[in-house]
Amino acid sequence: MGTGSTRVVVAMSGGVDSSAAAGLLVERGYDVIGLMMRLWTEDDGCGGRHNRCCTPDQMADARRVADRLGIPFYVVDMRATFKASVVDPFIDAYAAGLTPNPCLNCNRHIRFGALLKQAQAMDAAYLATGHYARIRQSEDGAYQLLKGLDPAKDQSYVLSVMTQRQLAQVLFPAGDYTKEHIRQIAADLGLHIARKPESQDLCFLADGDYRGFLARHAPGSATPGPIVNTQGERLGTHTGLPHYTVGQRKGLGLSAPTPLYVVGADVAANTLIVGARDVLGRDALVARHVNWVAGAPPDGPVRAGVKIRYRARETAATVTPDGATTARVKFDAPLRDITPGQAAVFYQGDVCLGGGVIARQPA
Amino acid sequence: MAGNGQSIYMDYAATTPVDPRVVEAMMPYFTERFGNPSSIHTFGREASRAVQAARETVAGILNCKPGEIVFTSCGTESDNLALRGATLENGRRHIVTSPVEHHAVSRTAEILHAHLGYGLTVVPVDAYGMVDPADVADALRDDTALVSIMYANNEVGTIQPIAEIAAVAHARGARFHTDAVQAAGQLPLDVAALGVDMLAISAHKFYGPKGVGALYVREGVRLVPSQSGGGQEGGRRGGTTNVALIVGLAKALEIAYAEREAHVARYRQLRDRLIEGVRARVPDAQLTGHPEQRLPNSASFALRGVDGNALLMHLDLKGIAASSGSACLVGTPEPSEVLMAMGLPPAWALGGLRLTVGRHTTDAEVDAVLDVLSDAVARVRALAAA
Repeated sequence: MGTGSTRVVVAMSGGVDSSAAAGLLVERGYDVIGLMMRLWTEDDGCGGRHNRCCTPDQMADARRVADRLGIPFYVVDMRATFKASVVDPFIDAYAAGLTPNPCLNCNRHIRFGALLKQAQAMDAAYLATGHYARIRQSEDGAYQLLKGLDPAKDQSYVLSVMTQRQLAQVLFPAGDYTKEHIRQIAADLGLHIARKPESQDLCFLADGDYRGFLARHAPGSATPGPIVNTQGERLGTHTGLPHYTVGQRKGLGLSAPTPLYVVGADVAANTLIVGARDVLGRDALVARHVNWVAGAPPDGPVRAGVKIRYRARETAATVTPDGATTARVKFDAPLRDITPGQAAVFYQGDVCLGGGVIARQPA
Repeated sequence: MAGNGQSIYMDYAATTPVDPRVVEAMMPYFTERFGNPSSIHTFGREASRAVQAARETVAGILNCKPGEIVFTSCGTESDNLALRGATLENGRRHIVTSPVEHHAVSRTAEILHAHLGYGLTVVPVDAYGMVDPADVADALRDDTALVSIMYANNEVGTIQPIAEIAAVAHARGARFHTDAVQAAGQLPLDVAALGVDMLAISAHKFYGPKGVGALYVREGVRLVPSQSGGGQEGGRRGGTTNVALIVGLAKALEIAYAEREAHVARYRQLRDRLIEGVRARVPDAQLTGHPEQRLPNSASFALRGVDGNALLMHLDLKGIAASSGSACLVGTPEPSEVLMAMGLPPAWALGGLRLTVGRHTTDAEVDAVLDVLSDAVARVRALAAA
């Protein structure tokens, strides 16, 4: 790489998306450095139980890709920061009766926080990741966050926490391609991970088992208690509030003439509330800790498509800002699975306007 | 290499390039002289002669008998053979070692302690990482089988008073082993003068190949082999004799000790230039290890508030190969056990930096490292503070 080329740090995971992203940047002539974050280790004392991310195998894969691409590769330890800013809040949220999405916190504090700082300290102009999303600079200089080109892989939901400052310093090379195209690019570059399967589990959970994780790290966060209906009549016993999510029907251990769904919880009373399908529907939510990608809320109510989970479909709604970090969302039609703790993310077409955390609803 | 394309190797304590004369000496034993020294026939005898010549060369430098040299696969194997072999053979049930040993010694001692019930005493070190022979004397018991203290420390370069410690051990009837892996090539290896019963070396530290080491075992010291098998190496180490690498070890050791004085004088000069430069230009850096009793090629420092691994990454981006001094897992910042044993607080013990010079190091390289280092340290500190 020539001395004059622009330096980019790529966050590498050993997977196909970040590997192809690194390859694309090398092809475009950037001075590329691969970094892998060591985020979490859970040891059973004999080298057993590994989380999905930053295992020795993932590290070896990323290293092999970096060698193939001829770029330097380093592992940076971020375990302390990750625990404090992602894992602890994840545990706390469950304990508070919420269903958190830790990926947003991780992007906010780790990837586009601590790692971006690392990249800058290494004189990099940009930090790149393998996310399926796009960044566009409009004529007035402002940055927009766009959905990835591949609608099936779009990851803008977990990037809705990004600020103008971060967008100015980040590249998403994979966002302009479909997943299949990215695999082809990886194959064409001779990367051995081109056909590696992907996992949807949370990266720090072994086997995606969040119940086991909570039992190990927050013993006492799951205490059995009563299951009641919306009239307050006791119907059964739950195994611990963190084990349930709004809209859940299976696994309640109840027999009733009509199907019953989880509709909420009274955390203070450690009580799970269930009800019939028609009780479940709600057509409004309040989002807090809202990030507006543009840097400020819109002047008044806006029409938007709103996603209430990573893999949910967009639902038409009116989003009304209430101060800088709160928004009230009124859906055109009721939804059955509005889940406190998950993110509500607002879109206009391909443009991600921002999003916030769904607040607990008044009982 | 990123950056301006320079590439400076300052990690000769990790390993060294093989001397071309050593490569040349080994080559025939990979191809035309491929015989197995255990065979009766001409091919076998030819290989056997080469191994015997190598044994005599090594014995000449160590001032011992050829039969007292056991060839192994590396320094770690030599240490394992010394610790396991000498304690298992012995009726005594106690081991004495130090907190600054290489893991090849410390982990092996811990396994003997945890799984086979041997008593284990770890004597303290002072702020320079030095063992006091009087502490060893206090630790000795009537049933002490073995004392194992390294000759020179790999992380901070401190040279231990081996001869005195050996005498103390012998006074109570205990065996004395020293891990001389880091010392070999730079310090005298005269086992009679040192008074040791066992001494471990590894070829790749003195411009020989990786994959071969040796253990000196004083005549009369019985060993249970830690790798049992055929009768090779006098029954003390089973496994087909690695002729080419053994020839390489002997040749490398021969060259290292023929040229030692000249090299060592040059190393000292380069090392002191590094130490003075770091003192003058890097704030909150302190020399670790003994100021005088230290390896000629080793400059090691503790840097307050610096993650040693992050620093190494920044140096590598500038084309400089250095070490944090510990054999830690990549990307895992744990405070150095050696620096902690020397009483450094964790804020300093995370920031180990070891710069080790060698035959190919130049003054210009030392200056280039010093030019880059203060900036790299400032960046890593700024990142930690952010």
